[in-house]
Amino acid sequence: MTDFLLFDEEFHLIKDVISRLKTDAQAKVVFIVDKNGQQIAAQGDLESLDTTSLASLTAGNVAATDGLAKLIGEKEFPVLFHEGERDNVYIAIVGQRVILVVIFDERSSLGLVRLRVRKATQDLEKIFITIQKKIETEKDRKDLDSPFAEITDEDIDSLFRE
Amino acid sequence: MTFINYAAREINCKIVFYGPGLCGKTTNLQYIYDRTNPSARGKLISLATETDRTLFFDFLPLDLGTVRGFKTRFHLYTVPGQVFYDASRKLILKGVDGVVFVADSQEARMDANLESMQNLERNLKDHGFDLATIPYVLQLNKRDLPTAVSVDEMFRQLNFKGEPTFEACAPRGTGVFDTLKAVAKQVLMELRKK
Repeated sequence: MTDFLLFDEEFHLIKDVISRLKTDAQAKVVFIVDKNGQQIAAQGDLESLDTTSLASLTAGNVAATDGLAKLIGEKEFPVLFHEGERDNVYIAIVGQRVILVVIFDERSSLGLVRLRVRKATQDLEKIFITIQKKIETEKDRKDLDSPFAEITDEDIDSLFRE
Repeated sequence: MTFINYAAREINCKIVFYGPGLCGKTTNLQYIYDRTNPSARGKLISLATETDRTLFFDFLPLDLGTVRGFKTRFHLYTVPGQVFYDASRKLILKGVDGVVFVADSQEARMDANLESMQNLERNLKDHGFDLATIPYVLQLNKRDLPTAVSVDEMFRQLNFKGEPTFEACAPRGTGVFDTLKAVAKQVLMELRKK
């Protein structure tokens, strides 16, 4: 199975899109997670948030919902919405591979978020198609500067030293 | 499926602890959490029932430090062991990089071990993985119990490809970090091959 590689150029493009989305949707936080629970990028008021846990739980949530969808004969539920007393979470699947999460409060509205997410999703889909193509090209390149090609036993042991 | 972020110079790997119900998967994670420097770990999240049985998964993010300038992060997950949670169990294996099979040493649980291992093989296959080639470590847990089957017998029944095998007593921590280290090492070695 091919690894997921993220390079500088696309990383900045993704950050631009979610940063714009955060402003346009008047959201508190916007982040992107892959379906395996790894956070790809985040924008907004992140200091009070455990984004690693959020990423993992979001992916679990989407995976469970995907399972539910298949059980009733749907391909997927592309949008999930959780409404809280103060904050709300809007989750959208991008290109069947990554998950876009928007956290917003009463300064915004579900309608506005939904509208802005639709546009951002299109932009993100294009970026992730580019990433996918790049991964396919890069994996055949022998000269790619892989940080792990020359990893030694000692490097690995050093990770576990007290 | 490892996530290599060249922009943030980070590498993220996913390790799943698998095994029959009550074999000690969550206890492994709990011990790792308790014994890891708080700056190197995130929160331990347990999605459990009211009786503390794993309902969906436990999750523990670990920062192992830097290799070749890349921050190395491992995300540890457990699956719910109870047979009827198979749909959830399968979901957790998505994108896995390495598996730890936690076997229960008690004689009465040998059938459950074998059944769970077959289930692992089947669920991996559904995600396009092969148990024969994926980074994999076997842990023989609960070695301290009087009803424990001999190590030789367990090895004969459960070790099928010469995978690294560790005796453990998870609440006391015996074998827990050895197991983690062995699977992490295989995952990183796999990256070298790519």
